[in-house]
Amino acid sequence: MKHSFIDRYSDRDSLIHRLDPRSKLVMTLAFIAAIVLTPAGSWLVYSLYFVIIATMVLLSKVPISYILRQSLVIIPFVLLVAVFIPFFKEGDVAFGFNIWAWHLSFTHNGLQLLWSILAKSWLSILSLILLTSTTGFASLLKGLERLRMPRVMVMLLSFMYRYIFLLTDEIMRMKQARDSRNLGGKRLRQISTVGNMIGTLFIRSYERGERVYAAMVSRGFDGQSRTLDRLRFSPLDIYFIACISLVLVCINLFNLYW
Amino acid sequence: MQELIKIENLSFGYPDGQQALTDINLGIYRGDSVAIVGPNGAGKSTLVLHFNGILRSNGHVKLLGKPIDDNNLKWVRSRVGVVFQNPDDQLFSPTVFDDVAFGPMNMGYSQAEVEQAVKMALGLVGMSGFEKRSPHHLSVGEKKRIAMATVLSMSPEVLVIDEPTSNLDPRGKWDIIEVLKGFSITKIIVSHDLEMVRELCHRMVIIDHGRVAADAKTIDVLADKKLLVAHGLAAA
Repeated sequence: MKHSFIDRYSDRDSLIHRLDPRSKLVMTLAFIAAIVLTPAGSWLVYSLYFVIIATMVLLSKVPISYILRQSLVIIPFVLLVAVFIPFFKEGDVAFGFNIWAWHLSFTHNGLQLLWSILAKSWLSILSLILLTSTTGFASLLKGLERLRMPRVMVMLLSFMYRYIFLLTDEIMRMKQARDSRNLGGKRLRQISTVGNMIGTLFIRSYERGERVYAAMVSRGFDGQSRTLDRLRFSPLDIYFIACISLVLVCINLFNLYW
Repeated sequence: MQELIKIENLSFGYPDGQQALTDINLGIYRGDSVAIVGPNGAGKSTLVLHFNGILRSNGHVKLLGKPIDDNNLKWVRSRVGVVFQNPDDQLFSPTVFDDVAFGPMNMGYSQAEVEQAVKMALGLVGMSGFEKRSPHHLSVGEKKRIAMATVLSMSPEVLVIDEPTSNLDPRGKWDIIEVLKGFSITKIIVSHDLEMVRELCHRMVIIDHGRVAADAKTIDVLADKKLLVAHGLAAA
C-alpha cells in the first residue's frame, strides 16, 4: 500500500537539500528558539522571520502548496491549548457577554497573545516542515547521531521510521478482514473486536521484534553500534550558518533597541 | 571434501515443552548445495537457527571442526550467513546501504573496507546503485536480493537461506534462482519449492517431525514418489 512519507521531497536537489543535516538541524533549532523568545506582538519581527522561511522554501524547490497544507495540521492543536488565554489575561476588555449567571470577557492583551502564539507556532512548524522535507530521514538520523543524541533514541527513531508503515498496513488488513465479516451486531461486540485487534497487533509486533533481533544478531550485533562518518561539511554550510546567525542576531538587536 | 558444518545427535526442545528436533545428524561439505525440505512445522527453521548459533545445544554443532559455543559466536556469524524468510525482518535500516553495511561494521571493518564490501555484495545480487533507496520502496524480489546482500557483505563460507522464493511471482522466483545459481559459495537452501530445489541443489535432506527422514541425491529423492507423499511434499 502507498503511504505519504514526511521526507517525500527529500530526494530533490537544491541548495537547501545539499546542506549537511547537522547544520540544518542546528540552525532550525536556533531559529525556533529565536521565534519562541520573541516577545508577543512583535509583528514586524514575525514578518521578517516569515520572509526568511519563505526565501528558504523558494530556494528548496519544495512545492509551496505542500508546505502550506502540512503546516495547517498543527493549528487545531495550538488553538485547543491557546483558545482560553484571552479570557484569563488582565487588561482592557475588548468584548464581553453573559451566559446565565456568568459574565465572560476577553481582553485586548489576551487577544494579542493568542494571535502571537498562533503566529509563532505556525512559523515554527513551517521551519520544521522545511527541515524534514529537504532532509532524508536517514541523513537526519545520521545528523542527530553526529550531534551526540543518545544512540538508543536514534535507533528507536530509525526502527519507528522503518516499521510504522508496515504496522499501518497490518492494521488496514485486519480492518478489511473484520469488515468483510462484520454483518452488524451490537455496538459492544464491535468495540470488543477492536480490543482483540489491538492485542493481536501487539503480539505480532512483539514477535516481529524478536525476528528482527535474530536477524541483527546473525550479522554480529552485540549491543554496541558502530557507524560510519560519511557526513562532510562544505563551504555552503559555513555560508548558511553564518547568514542565518547574522540575520537572527540583527533582527533581535533591532527589536531590542528600537 | 572439507566438512564445514557437522551436526551430531542434535536434539532441541522449546521451553514450552514442544520437541522441535530429535537426533539430527548432518554434514555440510565445502561447495555443497543442499536443500533442506520438509512440510510446515517440521523443524526446518529451528534447524536454521542452529547453523549460526542463535539457538545452541552446546557441542552438537561444529563449524570447521570447532564446537559452536558462547565464546566464538562472532566468528561463527561471520562464517555462516543466515538470510531469514521475511525480508522485512532482515532489512531493518532506513537505507539499503546501512543494512548491507551492518554486518561488516559489526565485524569491525574499516570505513573503506565496509564501502568495498557493500559494493561487492550489491554487485553479486545485481542490485548496484540501490544504496540510497529505503527498503519500503522496494518490490518483494528486490528486498529478497538485498536481504542476501546483507549477509554476503560479510564474505561468509556458508550461505543459509530460509525460503528464498516464498511470496514471489514466477518471474521473481526464476530471477532469484538465477542469482543463486551465480554464487560459488556453499549453500543451504530451506524450502518446499521442489522446482527450485531441482534446479539448484544436488543434495536433498527431508526433515519431518524433527527428524532426518531422507538424505540423498536430489534426483533420487525426487524420483521416489512414495517418499515425497509420505512427508507431505507431493499429493498422493
